[in-house]
Amino acid sequence: MLRFLLRRVALALVTLWVLSVIIFLASHALPGDVGRRILGPFADPRAVATLDHSLGVDRPLLVQYLTWIGGFVHGDLGMSLSFHVPVSQLLLRGLGNSVKLAAVAFVIVVPLSIFGGIVAALRRGRLLDRIITVGGLSATAMPEFVTSIVLILVLSISLKVLPISVQVPPDADPLTQIYHLILPSLPLVLVLFGYIARITRAGMIEALESDYTRTAVLKGLPWRTVVIRHVLRNALMPTIAVVATQTGYLIGGLVVIETMFNYQGIGQLLFTAVSQKDFPLIQAGVMTVGIVYLGATLLADISYSLLNPRIRLAGRE
Amino acid sequence: MSEKLGAAQTPALQVTDLKLSYRVRGRDREAIRGVTFTINRGESYGLVGESGCGKSTVAYAAMRYLPSNGKITSGTIVLDGRDMLAMDGDELRQLRAKAVSMVYQNPGTALNPTIRVGDQLVESFVTAGVHRHEAGERALAMLRQVQISDPTGVMSRYAHQLSGGMQQRVVIAMALASDPTLLILDEPTTGLDATVEAEVLDLIRNLRATFGTSVLFISHNLGVIARMCDRVGVLYAGRMVEEGPAWELLTNPRHPYTVGLLRCIPRWGLSKELGALDTIPGFPPGIGAAVKGCVFADRCGLVQDICRTKEPGLDPVGEGHASRCHFSDIAQTLPSAERDMVPRPPVPETGRSALSIHNLRRTMRQQGSSFQALAGIDLEIAPGEVFGLVGESGSGKTTLARSVVGLGAPDAGSEISLEGKPLPAKVGQRSRDQVRAIQIVFQNPDASLNRRHAVRQILGRALTKLTGVHGEQRARRVVELSESVRLDAALLDALPRQLSGGLKQRVGIARAFAGEPHLVICDEPTSALDVSVQAAILNLLVRLQRDRNLSYIFISHDLGVVRYISDRIGVLYLGRLMEVGPADVVFRAPHHPYTEALLSAAPSLEVREEHRIRLSGDVPSAAKPPSGCVFHTRCPRKTGAICEQEQPPLAEEEPGHFIRCHIPIEELRRLQKPEAAKEAG
Repeated sequence: MLRFLLRRVALALVTLWVLSVIIFLASHALPGDVGRRILGPFADPRAVATLDHSLGVDRPLLVQYLTWIGGFVHGDLGMSLSFHVPVSQLLLRGLGNSVKLAAVAFVIVVPLSIFGGIVAALRRGRLLDRIITVGGLSATAMPEFVTSIVLILVLSISLKVLPISVQVPPDADPLTQIYHLILPSLPLVLVLFGYIARITRAGMIEALESDYTRTAVLKGLPWRTVVIRHVLRNALMPTIAVVATQTGYLIGGLVVIETMFNYQGIGQLLFTAVSQKDFPLIQAGVMTVGIVYLGATLLADISYSLLNPRIRLAGRE
Repeated sequence: MSEKLGAAQTPALQVTDLKLSYRVRGRDREAIRGVTFTINRGESYGLVGESGCGKSTVAYAAMRYLPSNGKITSGTIVLDGRDMLAMDGDELRQLRAKAVSMVYQNPGTALNPTIRVGDQLVESFVTAGVHRHEAGERALAMLRQVQISDPTGVMSRYAHQLSGGMQQRVVIAMALASDPTLLILDEPTTGLDATVEAEVLDLIRNLRATFGTSVLFISHNLGVIARMCDRVGVLYAGRMVEEGPAWELLTNPRHPYTVGLLRCIPRWGLSKELGALDTIPGFPPGIGAAVKGCVFADRCGLVQDICRTKEPGLDPVGEGHASRCHFSDIAQTLPSAERDMVPRPPVPETGRSALSIHNLRRTMRQQGSSFQALAGIDLEIAPGEVFGLVGESGSGKTTLARSVVGLGAPDAGSEISLEGKPLPAKVGQRSRDQVRAIQIVFQNPDASLNRRHAVRQILGRALTKLTGVHGEQRARRVVELSESVRLDAALLDALPRQLSGGLKQRVGIARAFAGEPHLVICDEPTSALDVSVQAAILNLLVRLQRDRNLSYIFISHDLGVVRYISDRIGVLYLGRLMEVGPADVVFRAPHHPYTEALLSAAPSLEVREEHRIRLSGDVPSAAKPPSGCVFHTRCPRKTGAICEQEQPPLAEEEPGHFIRCHIPIEELRRLQKPEAAKEAG
């Protein structure tokens, strides 16, 4: 178990390193000179050169990479070129906001979709199953910006049940904050519901058709006990792994939603950074999202292995 | 217990005219076409027949457990005096909890992987009505009763931490928790090694004596049935074709189907030199097929006009013995279905070697610890020779086979050479000629054939890969190849899943023969097949070998099969050869004590119970092999300290017969005398 974890952590670190190289090279492949872009097209070439020099962008790539990654490891993420504040300050605020939104979406979608998947599997082939699977799939297939617009139009503008503005004063009480976050989290719920419900349903069906479920039924256990004790635990293992992986998406991948609702999370921050060619922000932002993703995946692996005695007990005995 | 005695008059199970259909593609198809039988109190009743004849369906129907498309259309099932078909869900649940339980074919999947074994067992007791405080102790006591080693430790383990034999003991313990009236055993030992099987069967016998449980025993293995059952019913196409006392029915069968089944089995002492095995041509009618007259008519060698128009009744032919045949009095004159000439196998050319293995060692790593899967194997196989390899699981049979084909590299210092030339260790380093010279036929044709490719593609690809032929030439070779394995050319465009197990294995064999190999490794090629199909495949393998004069390494856990096809046999234990010699010599005393135990454990129609030798416990872990002779921990003939201290050499005790044992051969001959006499008689 410990070996397994150490291997996973090591693998995550290697992935992060590869990611850092890619994002570093990619941001340098973008056309245009940094100093030129900051000073404008009519600036004196010497001024551009001076600025480039002071920013360090005229040094060899390898040196620049090592300086950057060294700073990153020590928590020095540099200054944002467009906001003129430390990158860490921006990222921290964005990450905090993203986590809040993700948490609200997570709390709604996970119980709902797992329950949906279980019900669909137990009613396999019946009407309710069809509604859940087909409905879930259709919702997943719809792009977030479409569902967002529809939800804004219906829930905020016509019915006026949810506030359209998502920015609440930071000193507002937690309930108000959550209330304001419901609307932007709904499109996420729609995207994830079908996916998680589907995995749950598949896991359930596999467990329901397994030999050990047959054993449990033929032992004379009541159906409820069979499902709760024998089926669920085995059925939910893949689901839990998938859910944990989706945490990464919920925190780091919400560029569209955050932009749609003008919510200042890390997704919107990255979007701004890319359009402004704010390299320090892009690099640190992507790395942060990468860390969140890998952390979530690691969490998925750990929770899966804790649930699965085959992995948990491997190497013993 | 007393309750059981009181109810002694009511049979444990009474099935009357049971008919059952499955709904497939909108149509009800009949799978059980009227089956009637009774299991009396304390009786053990066996159901035999080929796969697809309805054995398991009947067993599950007796628990009223059917897939959602299955439906009992008529008949009654009365368990312990209660009509099961009239029960509501709750009554049925109570019945399953208390009166009837089941032991399954595959104990590994029948146990829940995420719940501790002990908790699952306790649950069985609680469902059966034992108080929760008491259940733990009762569970532990039951584990002792099924003779599991370290019962306290087993309670806190998960299924995957137990060996197959231990898993099956746990399942048996669960089934007995309620002290049921009827215990249904559905192929309970099919996946187990012969030695473990023998132990589990002994256990079931003893428990039956202790608990007085009635048993419904399902098996395709007639040897197992002979050993375990008082009475036997033979099912064919969802119809009972013969029923009678076990010994009487198996020694004096009165239905051509039973006669045919018994003839398919490669019995003790039967070998390819004595002739081809008999087979039952054709297939049982599928579920839903319309059957007029006798169900067996299409495959019967004694068929007359009346058989196709009028179904015979299940008429008495002896005491408690009935056969559903118009000609039951002449059933045993059934002509042989194998029209082939007796395959005259080639005489192995001694002196030259097809394959030579020297000091083959293979160290495997598993979760941090390493163990020797093969601990120095020396072997010569002559051209045209069939070398049989036997041993329990974990003995290294498959590792040896994989090393020869070049899957996974052996340790440094190991040498494998083909026709005198050294072979590179890995298949990727071998030349195309070397690759095509050594081919393999796998145990499970299902898993080894590409599901999306038609037979034509499967064989075509193998031909191109191995011989480089293309286009028209390739198409012609595909047809030739399918003819050589007697696969109808019409089946070339079928996908594997459209073929039966036997036909699939023919494709697997054709693929191995695509490159005209010199050596074919057959890794349990017939283990997944019915005896009738097995016989046909064995005949095919013998014929191909005779025609092409090639060599086989034949791996099987079925000693009758190995004896039938092999010229020489090697017995493997913990990665070491314990005995090597000509097939008849190895099977005849004197032999290594391990061989003796293996032979004795094998269920057969000939060996009598009282002569059996039992090996206790599981094969020791290869990571920590015992000191001295690796077999000393289980050896019934261990002589003393020398066995624990010194590994005996594989010594040539007689010309061509090697035994790895400290006991002198003369002493073995004397010790094994009674068995020798029985073998001959």
